[in-house]
Amino acid sequence: MTAYIVRRLFATIPVMAVVAVFVFLLLRLAPGDPAALIAGDDATSADIEAIRMRLGLNLPIWTQFVIWLSNIAQGDLGVSIFSNLPVTTLIAQRLEPTLMLMVATLFVAVTLAIPLGVCAAWKARTWIDRLAMVISVLGFAVPVFLAGYVLIYVFSIQLRWLPVQGYTSLDNGLWACIRSLILPAIALGTTYMALIARITRASMLDVLSQDYIRTANSKGLATKRVLLLHALKNAAVPIVTVIGIGIALLISGVVITETVFNIPGLGRLTVDAVLKRDYPIVQGLILVFAATKVLINLMIDISYAFLDPRIRY
Amino acid sequence: MGNSISLRTLLMGTAAVLIGLGAFTATPAKAETVLRASMHADVRTLDPHWTTQTIAGIHGIMIYDTLFGIDDDLVPHPQMVGDYTISDDRKLYTMTLRDGLKWHDGTPVTTDDVIASLKRWGAKDQAGRAMMGYVTALEKVDAKTFKIVLSEPYGLVLDSLGKTGTMVPVIMREKDAKTEGNNQVTEAVGSGPFMMLKDQWVPGSKTVYAKNPNYVPRKEKAEGLSGGKVVKVDKVELLWIADSQTKMQALIAGEIDFLEQPSTDFIPILESTPGIKVMNTGKVDSHWGTIRLNHLHPPFDKPAVRQAMYHLVNQEDFLQTIVGDEKYYKVCHSYITCGTPYADETGKDVIGKYDLKLAAQKMKAAGYNNEPIYVLAATDHHTITPASQVLLTAMREAGLNVNAVSLDWSSVVARRTKKEKPEDGGWNLFVTTSSGVSALNPALNTWLGAGCDKANIGWPCDEEMDKLRAQFAFAKTEDERKALAKKIQVKATELVPYISFGQWTQPLAYRSDKLSGIVPVTGLPVFWNIEKKN
Repeated sequence: MTAYIVRRLFATIPVMAVVAVFVFLLLRLAPGDPAALIAGDDATSADIEAIRMRLGLNLPIWTQFVIWLSNIAQGDLGVSIFSNLPVTTLIAQRLEPTLMLMVATLFVAVTLAIPLGVCAAWKARTWIDRLAMVISVLGFAVPVFLAGYVLIYVFSIQLRWLPVQGYTSLDNGLWACIRSLILPAIALGTTYMALIARITRASMLDVLSQDYIRTANSKGLATKRVLLLHALKNAAVPIVTVIGIGIALLISGVVITETVFNIPGLGRLTVDAVLKRDYPIVQGLILVFAATKVLINLMIDISYAFLDPRIRY
Repeated sequence: MGNSISLRTLLMGTAAVLIGLGAFTATPAKAETVLRASMHADVRTLDPHWTTQTIAGIHGIMIYDTLFGIDDDLVPHPQMVGDYTISDDRKLYTMTLRDGLKWHDGTPVTTDDVIASLKRWGAKDQAGRAMMGYVTALEKVDAKTFKIVLSEPYGLVLDSLGKTGTMVPVIMREKDAKTEGNNQVTEAVGSGPFMMLKDQWVPGSKTVYAKNPNYVPRKEKAEGLSGGKVVKVDKVELLWIADSQTKMQALIAGEIDFLEQPSTDFIPILESTPGIKVMNTGKVDSHWGTIRLNHLHPPFDKPAVRQAMYHLVNQEDFLQTIVGDEKYYKVCHSYITCGTPYADETGKDVIGKYDLKLAAQKMKAAGYNNEPIYVLAATDHHTITPASQVLLTAMREAGLNVNAVSLDWSSVVARRTKKEKPEDGGWNLFVTTSSGVSALNPALNTWLGAGCDKANIGWPCDEEMDKLRAQFAFAKTEDERKALAKKIQVKATELVPYISFGQWTQPLAYRSDKLSGIVPVTGLPVFWNIEKKN
């Protein structure tokens, strides 16, 4: 297992290299020029060129790439063109809100989805199953922004129970932090809940039709024990996979939720940087996202060995 | 039975966790008044001389001070300056700084700081460049007195020093002001009424300012950017909330106190919400719309084709689409912001005649042979995008061969600097907006410049136009200025450097049940003089 983990970690290097080249070229080939944005309406061509020189954007693209790569090798992701702050600082500032939102969303999604999926499979083709799947389809179908606005209107504007927007850091108290995450976690978690519930149901249905489940039932084991200990554990591999994919998506793909609820996370940082052509931030973020996804995939693969003893690396 | 016990246990456990969490809730610190304002953009740079972004100007006037400041009627008054004299030949300005000016680090403000700051601003800003073109010397007399020596009696010195909007001539410490203009000043130490709490700065989200306890405000009443900048709250948080709906809901819920630019769609809701007031930001409309034509390439290299474009623009169509409520917009056919002293609508009958058939006929007669017109159409801007669509519809209805190049705004800004042929990556036309204060007079309105390569993008070329603009800057009397403004209007109507699609104001909204004393300022919102009830 250790050898496998080391091998997989080394395998991330070429993946990251491909991502680095791809991101760098894509950004430079896309239209847009941060120098023109900085210079504004009144700028002359000479003004814009002077800013491009200052930012090093006038250098040949391969020279820029080599400079960037050598900085990365020294752990330096660069400095934001606009705020002049190190990219690492900007990412660090946004990490807590994103991680907290991710944890809250997964909590909402997993705690609702697995019971829902198990019940639907257990009571397959009954009204319980159909109700569970209706909930699940609705979870998929309702856009996050719409769910967000409705939740804000009901719980923040009408009932005044929860804040409309913003993220309260853990430094200001755990409950204050949780309050600021309840609505975004529900809005975003609904989609993931739907996905996990459907996968859980499908996986459980498959396991529940196996001989050993029939044997367990015929031996007179309690239904709860059969479902949770025998069936759910054996159905866990696809469920864990989809949860893992969810984690990877949540780290980088929660822009709409962050926008609607004004959470200063990594998703908004990415979008703002792309719109402003703040190249160092976009490059740094995508590298971080790629590394995170590779590591999460590795963790999922390792978890298979624990969930299913037949799997060995 | 077993299941119900489990459920009860679960509920009790949940309640215990929630009670436990309550114990962790932070005890509020000493009640301080914090004004939370949602702005149109995030403070992403600390140097107001580095970029023309308005938000950089807003940050600038929070932490820095200026030599002069304009009042409600755009008249400049001394701010950091105590006394000043102007020589009879209007070529020498002698200014003395008032007492009590200190940097946030406690050191005094000196003329060395002022001179270095004026040099830096004068190299970057258009109004500054125009003024510095006639400045032969910035002389230090002593630590508090300095002289501005001019080669010609340039008439806009005080207006330039007191300008609002972008690239405000704020005074920085000498060591910061000596930073080369294309490099950013990264410190945030000013002498203004607020101090930036840099450790709490989260670019893209929040910028926090505290009251400067050592600031000595002027005695006069606060008016515009002039008068006493008395800070009456402990802190101001400038927040960036990207979503318009969320901003509005946050104001309604009382989570923010001040909304700089509510979406016009939501203004009726805000106006009808108890505890919220919507107000105009100053006497001058905040925005005007521009259809910029590229004078380098066919078909708009021909004046007659450019003049024919007037008949494609019905300002009401644009303004209804962008703003909606006529209370907030104005049809204006002047090249100077309507409602200000030098506005003149001479030629209105031609400029304002909306007739698509006539436009097509005139263009054909002027030599337009149905070649494609490349329109840079922004897809992600709350006003420019709908305005571009209105124009594209009119052009297509007139039967013109339109090639709409759909790009995000950042890409439009990059492509519009290209002088290449439209089919080789250049352009024929794009839509943009400018601030009302940028067109207060013909000298300040850089879109009127016709200095060929030295002109703004679009590169109009007309010697007489630039002569008239220079004459305006040297005019001695108001009557002389107004006469020149009229001549410039006539000249611009022939030259067509751009076509305006009207002007409008962007009101702000605030919690009137919590805030009082808001100072309406043209060009920039300010946060001094505001009291907040906790």
